[in-house]
Amino acid sequence: MKKMMTKKAKQNAITYGIVIIGFLAMQLLSATGHMSSSLSGLLIPFCYYVILAVSLNLVVGVLGELSLGHAGFMCVGAFSSVFFTKCMENVITNSVIRFIIALIIGAVIAAIFGVLIGIPVLRLKGDYLAIVTLAFGEIIKNLVNVLYIGRDGNGFHFSMKDSLSLGMEPDGQVIVNGPQGITGIPKDATFAIGVILVLITLFIVLRLVDSRDGRAIQSIRDNRIAAESIGINVTKYKLMAFSVSAGLAGIGGALYAHNLSTLSATPKNFGYNMSIMILVYVVLGGIGNIRGSVIAPIVLNLVLDYFLRKMQMLGNNVVLQFLSDNRMLVYAIVLIVIMLFSWSPKMIEWRERVFHKKAKEEA
Amino acid sequence: MSFLNYLISGISLGSVYAIIALGYTMVYGIAKMLNFAHGDVIMVGAYVVFYSTAAGMPAIPAVLLSVVICTVLGMAIEAVAYRPLRSAASPLAVLITAIGVSYLLQNLALLFWSSNTKSFTSVVKIPALKVAGLNISGETIVTIAACILIVVGLTLFINKTKPGQAMLAVSEDKGAAQLMGINVNATIALTFAIGSGLAAIAGVLLCSAYPSLTPYTGSMPGIKAFVAAVFGGIGSIPGAMIGGILLGIIEIFGKAYISSQMADAIVFAVLIVVLLVKPTGLLGKQIQEKV
Amino acid sequence: MAMLEVKNLGISFGGLRAVNGFHITIEKNQLYGLIGPNGAGKTTVFNLLTGVYKPDAGSILLDGKDITGEKDIEISKAGIARTFQNIRLFSQMSVLDNVKVGMHNHHEYSVLAGIFHTPKYKKEEALMDEKAMELLKVFDLADMAETNASNLPYGKQRRLEIARALATDPKLLLLDEPAAGMNPKETGELMDMIRFVRDHFDMTILLIEHDMKLVSGICEKLTMLNFGEVLAEGATSEVLNNPQVITAYLGE
Repeated sequence: MKKMMTKKAKQNAITYGIVIIGFLAMQLLSATGHMSSSLSGLLIPFCYYVILAVSLNLVVGVLGELSLGHAGFMCVGAFSSVFFTKCMENVITNSVIRFIIALIIGAVIAAIFGVLIGIPVLRLKGDYLAIVTLAFGEIIKNLVNVLYIGRDGNGFHFSMKDSLSLGMEPDGQVIVNGPQGITGIPKDATFAIGVILVLITLFIVLRLVDSRDGRAIQSIRDNRIAAESIGINVTKYKLMAFSVSAGLAGIGGALYAHNLSTLSATPKNFGYNMSIMILVYVVLGGIGNIRGSVIAPIVLNLVLDYFLRKMQMLGNNVVLQFLSDNRMLVYAIVLIVIMLFSWSPKMIEWRERVFHKKAKEEA
Repeated sequence: MSFLNYLISGISLGSVYAIIALGYTMVYGIAKMLNFAHGDVIMVGAYVVFYSTAAGMPAIPAVLLSVVICTVLGMAIEAVAYRPLRSAASPLAVLITAIGVSYLLQNLALLFWSSNTKSFTSVVKIPALKVAGLNISGETIVTIAACILIVVGLTLFINKTKPGQAMLAVSEDKGAAQLMGINVNATIALTFAIGSGLAAIAGVLLCSAYPSLTPYTGSMPGIKAFVAAVFGGIGSIPGAMIGGILLGIIEIFGKAYISSQMADAIVFAVLIVVLLVKPTGLLGKQIQEKV
Repeated sequence: MAMLEVKNLGISFGGLRAVNGFHITIEKNQLYGLIGPNGAGKTTVFNLLTGVYKPDAGSILLDGKDITGEKDIEISKAGIARTFQNIRLFSQMSVLDNVKVGMHNHHEYSVLAGIFHTPKYKKEEALMDEKAMELLKVFDLADMAETNASNLPYGKQRRLEIARALATDPKLLLLDEPAAGMNPKETGELMDMIRFVRDHFDMTILLIEHDMKLVSGICEKLTMLNFGEVLAEGATSEVLNNPQVITAYLGE
């Protein structure tokens, strides 16, 4: 028994280790002056992509349901946390403390949205659940785009129409301005905080998976009817996985937003395109493989954004140019090929045959 | 614009949704999968017509060419990406692959045809009809007529022909149909062929009424048409038509009377309400899970 | 008092009366068989007893407690566990975790305790590990505790499913065609194992089976179901020699 415990703990330690080594390597690069500006601009995105991928994997890989509304929860986390930051900009001047509170607010509100949306949605499963989560994600994005919030001496004013109908005093300030979103955000996000958030996310997800509640969630994924027969409350555990995932996506969104000066909800950042990009990371890293969700976003972005550009500078290679210009095309092909390779019964059979043959030859 | 005008444009948009929804509902009913890429086939169909008419081809042959190309495309997608995963262990596998195919089509379109918005010239040459102060465009007339024709044609096909009966059998029980000597693979391929051919027609009609064409043109109408299919009851042909038309009306009314920015949100809210109140849709039937 | 007492149980599906007027009384520690031709409604009876379906008539008393119409979770907590005709394991989880998840409602700690590994978590996990390994030893699966359930050979999968059911600490164990797909040798071993489970765990067992050798070999009493209704019941030899039962099985 002891041996098995340590085996699991060792696997988890490797995952944390990868994150810490990555962080130290980046610190080393910048200390020795080797950090290029294009790479340093990728550091915080790495952190929120990892957080988003790991949290989505909790739903897709551990619960076994496909959520296409992950960007919606990211959006909730982004707007609620930045709203707090803007309101408190002159009250809490310590940017770290302010950001920590903002992160907690982003996570909690996104998790609450996760529960509110999860209660109706989780009665469904499979394709229906996927399409309804997509619908909710789009609704959230749409709502944020018609949301106006301002503040003056009398307090807060809300409107769903335009900034004029807020009816504020002349000294009032529009904080959330519909499609223009929130402007003048203090850049509270740092790479170090990002890495800490990645570690916290991993800590929560890995430990949850390896607990009584995590086993219950996995049992629903593997066989819902059998799970019910041994007394697992399916709705409760679906909701737990969904809301924890939403809360963590909220943290990812908060980190994303505090790395920008202007935050607005566009189809690109909070539409289902984003949800699907996160899904690509999860699939590439391996559905249910948490460590894979840490590595995949970094590798994909490094390869496509950074190395390709670097190599292009060396020699103007047509293929490389093509790959870096058509990133989503590459993602789409990667997604299809990986799914076919890892899930098609024929491919599985073929892999086993080849693998066994090799094993025999070696023996 | 008056209430009646909104109603007519709602029915017109809804008829396009209905034609797309037919493709979804047939594929879902028979192959039991959500073909996420269906909406993007619409876009391909519209581009084919755009380029072939630009090259001087008359409208009707261009539409026929588009139907042929989309039919082949649909069958190819099914054979390459979906068939190998039909008996995969996880039901998510084929859904995720379908999302991948959707993205592949969008990005191939981006590569070949660029992201520049193309201004689509309507293929409909019928003059507008003026009745009692209402102005009904030729596109609207053709769209509604096409929708009715297709629904009647498909219903006859499924109920009166052998391949149609095979589709019904496969949708009821794949295993049993196989044992009865029905070629399940061929039947599913035929379903994709019909659905994709309809998608081409829907693409032409959609772009004739809303003439801006980009690689993303198909994606939102595709998702909305799925909503329509669920609304009407997935697997049901009359359901797809009723769901499509109702959704079109809801969308246009939502845009006109509530908020143009919230129109999509309203459409999706309909989906959520339907699934919560009557998960089988208006005309769908209950499926019991076997224990 | 009987361990299970069912009276007048019935359910219809869309006009079809799948089970009608079903009754059964099983004493504690009894090994009871439910037999009948295909489509007689045997598995439906199991689904009614375990709360998968809600009966539209009748009553179910488990150890004197009325559980009629309760949800499956409540019935599991009340003490009925089952296996399935087509094995339903948690295939991507380890053999050990399959058993531990069966103890879900007996070893509780909060989500936060699970994340922060509090002393309560450690204590409950250690207890679960210990109990689960004991169960696995009984079923000769201990050496495969870390294997994914899907990688077990067929016979071991059947055994693991029984182990998981026992992990819920039931009063009544329902086995749905435990010998399906087994050769005579494996069936023989299974018979020994079922007897062992009854004696070792002091268990009451109701099983559905088509293999008459198994039924006549281990069941003390039988109920024969035909077209959703009880055709015969009583001691095993009596029921098996009942001419009506023979006709129902062989057809006219």
